[in-house]
Parts: sequence; C-alpha cells; structure tokens
Amino acid sequence: MFTYTIRRLIYAVPTLIAISFIIFSILELSPGDPMAQVPLTVPAEERAKIAEAMGLNEPFIVRYGLWLRQFFINEPLNLIEQWTGWTIGDGERLRVRSWITRAPVTDLIAERLPQTLWVVGLAYLFGVMIAVPIGVISAYRQYSWFDQLGTLFSMVGFSVPTFLTGTLFILIFSVWLGWFPDSYDTTLVVRDWPSFLAQVRQMIMPVTVLALFNAAQISRFMRASMLENLNQDYVRTARAKGLRERAVVLVHVLRNSMIPVVTVIALGVPQIFAGAIITEQIFRVNGLGALLIVGIEGADYPLVQTLTFIFAVLIVLFNLIADILYGILDPRIRYD
Amino acid sequence: MTDAARAEAEAVLSAPPRTLWRDVWRQFRRHRGAMAGAVIFIAIGLLVTLGPQLHDIDPTAPNFRARNLGPTWAHPLGTDNIGRDSFAQLLHGGRVSLAVGLSAMTLSILLGTLIGILAGYFRRLDGPLMRLTDLFLALPLLPLLLVVIMLFRDPLRTAFGPETGIFLLIVFVIGITSWMQTARIVRGEVLALREREFVLAARSIGTRQHRILIRHILPNVVSPIMVAATLGIASAIITESALSFLGLGFPPDFPTWGRLIYDNKDFIQSAPERVLWPGLALALTVLSVNFMGDGLRDALDPRGRGR
Repeated sequence: MFTYTIRRLIYAVPTLIAISFIIFSILELSPGDPMAQVPLTVPAEERAKIAEAMGLNEPFIVRYGLWLRQFFINEPLNLIEQWTGWTIGDGERLRVRSWITRAPVTDLIAERLPQTLWVVGLAYLFGVMIAVPIGVISAYRQYSWFDQLGTLFSMVGFSVPTFLTGTLFILIFSVWLGWFPDSYDTTLVVRDWPSFLAQVRQMIMPVTVLALFNAAQISRFMRASMLENLNQDYVRTARAKGLRERAVVLVHVLRNSMIPVVTVIALGVPQIFAGAIITEQIFRVNGLGALLIVGIEGADYPLVQTLTFIFAVLIVLFNLIADILYGILDPRIRYD
Repeated sequence: MTDAARAEAEAVLSAPPRTLWRDVWRQFRRHRGAMAGAVIFIAIGLLVTLGPQLHDIDPTAPNFRARNLGPTWAHPLGTDNIGRDSFAQLLHGGRVSLAVGLSAMTLSILLGTLIGILAGYFRRLDGPLMRLTDLFLALPLLPLLLVVIMLFRDPLRTAFGPETGIFLLIVFVIGITSWMQTARIVRGEVLALREREFVLAARSIGTRQHRILIRHILPNVVSPIMVAATLGIASAIITESALSFLGLGFPPDFPTWGRLIYDNKDFIQSAPERVLWPGLALALTVLSVNFMGDGLRDALDPRGRGR
C-alpha cells in the first residue's frame, strides 16, 4: 500500500507541472498586453524600462520558470511565515499581487475561502446524506414506485442546471413566500442565537441547490453499485446462514457497495467547487467563485492564474485521494 | 413436427429479417421515457427552426411603445423592458442553444472517436494519448473555459464579427474540453475488438490499416459513440447556458436561453415568467435529450435486447 501511495504521488507531479504549463501558456499566448494598463503619456523609453523591469523581455521558458518558483516556493514560504510568525531566510520575497486590488492574491483567497468551504462543504455533506439512502432503497426495491421516483429525481437533478434551480428557488422561497433572503450576506457575524438563525436561513437555499444536484448524481452510482452487489454469491451465503435481512443489506451489501461510491464522492469534490462558481453567482455568496468571476471581468491575470491553478490542484489532489482510498478499501486494486 | 411448431417455424421464416438497427429501434420504442424524450426533442427542434418563419418579429428589435406587455396575440409571451418580443427571443435563443449543442457535440465526438481509436488500435500511441486524456480530465474545465473566453473573445469578434466569432469560440472550447469520456469508452472497445478473429482475418488477407479501422473497427464502436453523442448534446447545451448565465457567453443583444435567464433574473420580482419560459425550455430540452440517451443505452445493450 505504501509503495502504491508513493507511486501515485510521484505520478501527480508531472500532471501538475503540465497543467501549470497549460494555464501559464494560455494566459501568455493570449493577445492581451500586460502593458495596456500603463498610461499612454508615459514616454516610449520609460515603457521599455518598465517592460524590462517586469521581465517581459525574457524568453517564455524563463518566465515560466520564474512563475513556477514564485508559485511553488515563494508563496508557500510566505504563507508559512504568516501563519507561524517565523522568518525564513531574509523574509524579503516577491508576492503575487492582484492587479486590481494590489493585495497579495493569497490574502484575497484566504479571505474568501471560508464562505466557499462552508457552502460547498455542507452542500456536499447533505448531498451524500440524501443520496446514500435513496440509492440503497432504490436498489433494494428495484422497479418499485420509490425506485421510479428516485430515477426521475436523479434525471431531473442532473438535467436541470443549478443556475436554473437556484433562480427558481429564489423566485419561490424568497420572492413569493418570503422565507429566506435572496442573497447571502457575508458581513454577518455569528455572535448570538438570532444571528446564528439568520446565518442558517441565508445558507439554506445555496446549500439545498448544490446538495440536490450532488445527490442526483451520487444516488445513481449508489443504486448501480448496490444492484451489482445484491446478486453476488456472498449475499446468498449470508442469507443462507440465517443472518437477518437488515444485517445482510446494511452490513454486507452496503459496505461493499460503498467502495466505488466513496471514490466517486472523492472525485466529485473538485467538480462541486467549479459548480459553486455558478451557485455563488446566483446567491451572491462572495466566495472563491465570485472572486474568479471578478478577476475575469477585470482581466486580473495573477488572480485568475492562481485561482485556476488552485482548482487544478484540487482536482489532482482528490484524484489522488480517490485512488488511494480505492486501494485501501479494495485490496484487489493495489498493484504492488 | 406438430402443426403448432410448424406454424411457429413458418412464422419465424416469413417474418422480416431481424437486423441490428431494427432490434434497437424496437427496444427504443418500448422505453417510454426515451420515446417521450424523442417526441419532445423533435417538437422543440421543429419549433425553433420553423417557428421564426411563422412568428417573424425580430427578437432584437426594441419597441418602446410596447414595453413590459403581458401576453397578447401579437406577442404570445409578452415583451421585455425595452419592448422586445419574448416569444421571438425564446425561439431565437433555442436556435442558438441547439446549434451550439449539436456542433460542440459533433466536434467533441469526432475528437473523442479519433483519439480513442488511435489509442486503442496503435499500441505505440496508447500511452501518450491516454496521458493526454488524463491531463485534460485533470484540468479545471469551467474556470479554464471562462479564462479562454475572456482572453480570446475580442480578437475573434473582430475577426469573424460579433456573433460568428463568439459562436465559433464557444463551440470550439466546449468541444475541445468534452471529448475525454468518448475517447476512453472508444479506446476500451477498440482494445477488445483488435484481438477479435475478424480483425485477424482482415489483416491476414492484407487489408490496409486504415481500411481495417474504417471498415471493421469503426462500425463496431458506433453504439457507444451514439450514446455519448446524445448525452454530449445535453451537456454542451448546459455548458453554453452556464457560460451565458455568467455573462461570458454570447453578447447581450444576442439571445440564448442562458443569456435570457441571466438578463431577466433582475426582473424576477415583477416578471418571473421571463425567467420561467427560457428555463422551462432549457430544462425540457436537456431532460428529453438525457431520456433519449438513457433509452438508447438500454436499446443498444445486447444484454437487455430481445426481452
């Protein structure tokens, strides 16, 4: 298992480097001009000096190398310094700064991360909690009315995009019924019971929208996996030796069916971060997704590069976690 | 032989020959959801292609004398805040959404099939092409789509005009980021087919490589490709409308379903139907396509056929 983990880890490195190269070159090859922000009144020789100082005359590969160093060495060191208060080296390092706000990008991200994590994390948790029972019952009573209903639910769930369900939710629950606020107030601080209730109320809609979307997909996998296991010989054996039906289904079958589902759940995590871009936009949650949209609209290259790369790191990381989990849960998968 | 058995045998002999596609069609017809999906999809397709001929109001022309109208005979779905006809916008939006869905799907299926067949058939290409597929699967697609559109929107707009430029860009970026699943499925099928006797036979009588690929391998991977194509339309339509919803798709005066939802969500308090109609159209289209894909998958699965 250890060598398997190490091998997967080593595999992740070239993937990450290739992705960072793609992200870097898309922005580099784009027709945008980083000097466009400099006013036209600046004389030509001064412009040339600025370009020189920004490193624009260096060859592509050198700039990519510098960017990599900045991203993988300087910024993590800066973060460690911030968290621990230590000074590593002389503490004088470049920071990746947003072109619009002039603040270090990592600070912006650290500021936005909690909102996204709360909404996305809770939504995923609830999604899984809804999906697993639906999948189990659907498979156990295949072709029953519950199964038909569950199939319809999941079909509708992944056919109707979140921006539509979100808008509908706003229309029904905040415009017509007035139960929940239509936008998310990030300045709300949870101090006491009323502010906690307000926080819960404003989180209900974004979390529900994302949770339903995730539940629709995961419940399908759960059902398929349960169906596959219910016909296995070991299930008959378990029944034949007189185990109660409850124990057969919930202990033997469920545990084995969870193996592929757990990996699907792990693989889905980065996707819901991407899905959160849209949900945040609907409910005006100012999380990472909203930050990305702001960066894109303002052509803030450093911010966009960093955020896109963070999304990529998330994907690679959770692919890795899924593979390792699969190896731990299912001994047949390990190749060592 | 008894009479009953003879009658049965004659019935079998006189029945029209069973072919693969006739069987598939029979199975597909039995899938109620798939048939309903097909009917609805064709209806929507006809409506958006023929509709603008019957309801010939320019969807982008403002009419300040007829703003915020309710449904009337001249404007079946009313008009928006600057007097554009909502029904014409809906029809035009559907045209664009379906066109984007179909063309992006075609591009992604072509790419996926090509890469899948090459990787499955030629052992030397398998490694690199599959690494490429894995790499694409590890890319954060939605953020990258947004970034690419942000960067290349203006140059393409100047090169091909505002509408064609954006159309090409969106089709291209959706197509190029959604071929991976098809490639993986096709590769898996080709890997198994390559070892079959009929391929060996073809090779032994000296058939050229490309003839083997086109004549013997390709027809055998058509069914998974068709399923992937159907489901690909749905996801391309969703991606396009999501981009439009984020304000990074088509320009504001160019209605698509996602764009209509995005533009009208600010009026959701006073005129919710302007969001509901495009939303309903979008949801119905995607649902019908997904049901068709589901039915097609069941119909093409030989294990389920002939029940």
